[in-house]
Amino acid sequence: MTAASSVVPFDLLPVKERPYFEHYGPGLVVVLPAKRPGPSGWGEGGPPHGGAWIHIGEDGRARAFSGKVEVGQGTRTALSLVVAEELRLPLSSVILTMGDTDVCPWDMGTFGSRSMPDPAQHLRTTGAAARAVLERLAAARLGVPPQEIEVEGGEARVRSRPDGGSVSLGELVRGHQEVVIVDPATTHPEPPSSWTRAGHPVEDVASKEVVTGRRRYTSDLQLPGMLHGKILFPPSYGAKLRKIDVAAAQAIPGVVVVREGEFVGVVAPDMMSARAALRAIRAEWESSPQPSDHEIVEFLRQHLAEGEDFWDVLQHETGNVKDAYASAAASFHETYTTAYIAHSPLETHAALAAWQDGRVTVWVGTQTPFRARDALSDALGIPPSSVRVIVPPTGSGFGGKHAAELAIGTARLAKDVGHPVRVVYSRQEEFTQAYFRPMAVIDVRSSVGKDRALTAWEFHVLNAGSAAARIPYRVANQKIDNQPTESPLPQGSYRALAATANNFARESHVDEVAAQLGFDPVEFRLRHLADDRLATVLRAVTEHAGWNPRPSPAPARDGQGRGVAVGLEKGGRVATFVEVEVPDDRHLRIERIVTGYECGAIVHPSNLRSQVEGGTVMALGGALFEAVRFQDGRVLNPKFSEYRVPRFQDVPPIEVLLLDRKDLPSQGGGETPLIALAPAIANAIFDAAGTRLRSLPLVPDGIVP
Amino acid sequence: MTAPAPASAPSHPKGLGTLRVNGTGYDVPLAPDRNLLYVLREELGLTGTKYGCGEGECGACKVLLDGVAVRACQTSVGEVVGHAITTIEGLAQGEEFHPVQTAFVEAGAFQCGFCTPGMILQAVSLLRQNPDPSEDEIRAALNGNICRCGGYFRIVAAVQRASTLLRSAAEAPP
Ligand code: FES
Ligand code: FES
Repeated sequence: MTAASSVVPFDLLPVKERPYFEHYGPGLVVVLPAKRPGPSGWGEGGPPHGGAWIHIGEDGRARAFSGKVEVGQGTRTALSLVVAEELRLPLSSVILTMGDTDVCPWDMGTFGSRSMPDPAQHLRTTGAAARAVLERLAAARLGVPPQEIEVEGGEARVRSRPDGGSVSLGELVRGHQEVVIVDPATTHPEPPSSWTRAGHPVEDVASKEVVTGRRRYTSDLQLPGMLHGKILFPPSYGAKLRKIDVAAAQAIPGVVVVREGEFVGVVAPDMMSARAALRAIRAEWESSPQPSDHEIVEFLRQHLAEGEDFWDVLQHETGNVKDAYASAAASFHETYTTAYIAHSPLETHAALAAWQDGRVTVWVGTQTPFRARDALSDALGIPPSSVRVIVPPTGSGFGGKHAAELAIGTARLAKDVGHPVRVVYSRQEEFTQAYFRPMAVIDVRSSVGKDRALTAWEFHVLNAGSAAARIPYRVANQKIDNQPTESPLPQGSYRALAATANNFARESHVDEVAAQLGFDPVEFRLRHLADDRLATVLRAVTEHAGWNPRPSPAPARDGQGRGVAVGLEKGGRVATFVEVEVPDDRHLRIERIVTGYECGAIVHPSNLRSQVEGGTVMALGGALFEAVRFQDGRVLNPKFSEYRVPRFQDVPPIEVLLLDRKDLPSQGGGETPLIALAPAIANAIFDAAGTRLRSLPLVPDGIVP
Repeated sequence: MTAPAPASAPSHPKGLGTLRVNGTGYDVPLAPDRNLLYVLREELGLTGTKYGCGEGECGACKVLLDGVAVRACQTSVGEVVGHAITTIEGLAQGEEFHPVQTAFVEAGAFQCGFCTPGMILQAVSLLRQNPDPSEDEIRAALNGNICRCGGYFRIVAAVQRASTLLRSAAEAPP
């Protein structure tokens, strides 16, 4: 592990001028060109991307590169698999470099469930093109036409004649220094229906390192001469530093206090002294009044704002809802809310920075390494080519590791003291200095006609994004929009952020309407569903669960209930079934969860299943009890004993049904499987107890009101 | 960072003690504010033991103390002098995995892997005391260990599998 100097990152050089062979030795390099952002946003074929490249070396191995990062979602194995598939190599012969801005393709960031639709497809195309080149080289070598050549297991051989000779891939590219540009229009990757490696269960490529403790996360890295840093943070959101006395901190042996404008940090030879130095700083803060959690809904309604960068504003209108209300047989109006919740990844934020010859390398667990490179370049006043960001394995992110402040602070400290510096957040810092999933307030209004079908649908979202705000049901008159607001806490990206809130509101409301009209909740949904794939998932789940059609609430009043909800987002379709018990003491018990998911052709089935299971557990926390409590800009529960996350004993049996559609493009599975759980639980509670809960978390203390 | 030299002499200069970690002795200072997690990670370079909270609430830092899982962040080094400490790095016998490690690999019982060392050592500790635990007993024993990735089902399945592996190894004729 060295901090490279005087190099230009690959993505900032023209394709043919990148020093592939200096880095990785002679061989064959195949490059898929980048797609730059178009004038009108993403346009056809998905978001902009930095292309893909694969190097086949004299050792016969394939080195592939992706700007995505691995934060526990299993992308490393899934992407390695598609390369292995196209090149027909064993998985162990694929070396995938991820999240290193010096050598990886430019990438927007690892969020939005894009790793399967984008880099997986780019690597498939690049791998297919590489195989075609290898076939041509082998044909020339063995004296047969290219269509006679078969590549398999690291060798090229003559298909029809077992004795026709063979040559290893390493031998084929020996001494080559050839860069081939892929034409995606004429390159055809293997169709999923004939996959032999991808689409089949495999062991995660990092298994052995993980179970032996050898895997090194950012917080585990050490460099020679490395020192330890801490950053001074305000005690409450929005507080301004008025006075500071650092004398006592500076008096601790080995401690250096670094100040640059608003930024204050300490560096010490060991972590204990760094913590002591931070505690020894006497700072006076001026805080401005901030709303607290009990008044937050009113605050958001009164503080509408412009959107920030993660905002995706939606204004959708069809038909005329006013006319529909005028002729409605019945109409309904309810408000749904979701709380601020914390990502609380098990590995807290960590960064390590080292300078060499005016160039800085920052190892940091970020989901957006290229954005971090730009932010570092801006903040430090050096060109992007003088910044390298490397993302080591990261102890989960869930959308919570997008900000670059820690990387910047760490780089400042390292520059000032002239040594590598590592900063690791404490758990309390993780809870108070990270950002949160935005709270949402959603007003829903609907009407039905005399035929008891939905005629109007109004859906107004405050302070959450537009994901899953559109309605997958047929309704002629619709008005759907979202509105940013000011926030009394820092907020940002989160796994299935707005989709969780919007889906909770919609699927709760639809259930309420079905109940009012005396419909079975599944039948009411199927009558309105406009998406066949989603209807198929709903049928599969209710069939598996043994759904007994009848309206809610349950007539028996024995405390048993069941609920269902669906969701369609980011190309994935989910349906969740939940069975609950609400006994006389009102202590909610979740008895059973069935989640069905369909996201096109499945690349890595065991990992997808793991994502659906884990996502369901995460969603369970937000549905039942997770909430950040706050007052005057301070987080009141910054500990695992006070901010409750799901543990072993909280988790009921979860059955996962995966629907594999080999005929459809692969989509992600890290987010959408979460979004139907909360409404399915709320609907099941209503079914069991007749109590309708419209705020997440549903039962913070475990008791149904 | 270089690890302190392995201990040789049985008597120590004032304030030092010998920690026995994975079969090797290390002389380390014993000030009361020095916890085992810090010493393992920062001074002995054994970073397989993880910091998740430092407050005894997540289980990421678990190690074995004479075969029983303890939270290293809640253990001061002075308390453990003279005891055998096993970290995740010392669990396998050379290249041969402990059955709990094998079961975690086979079950795919991790996502980000950050909770895994603590989970594995807690499971080893449980199976030593209770070779054939019920599912409820597994959940109860592991409840102090958080997996934020939500991998609980696979972890339970891995512990069940490890229990089978261990018992069949114990029954096998020599
Ligand atoms: S780090 Fe020790 S219990 Fe969390
Ligand atoms: S695998 Fe990520 S915390 Fe357990």
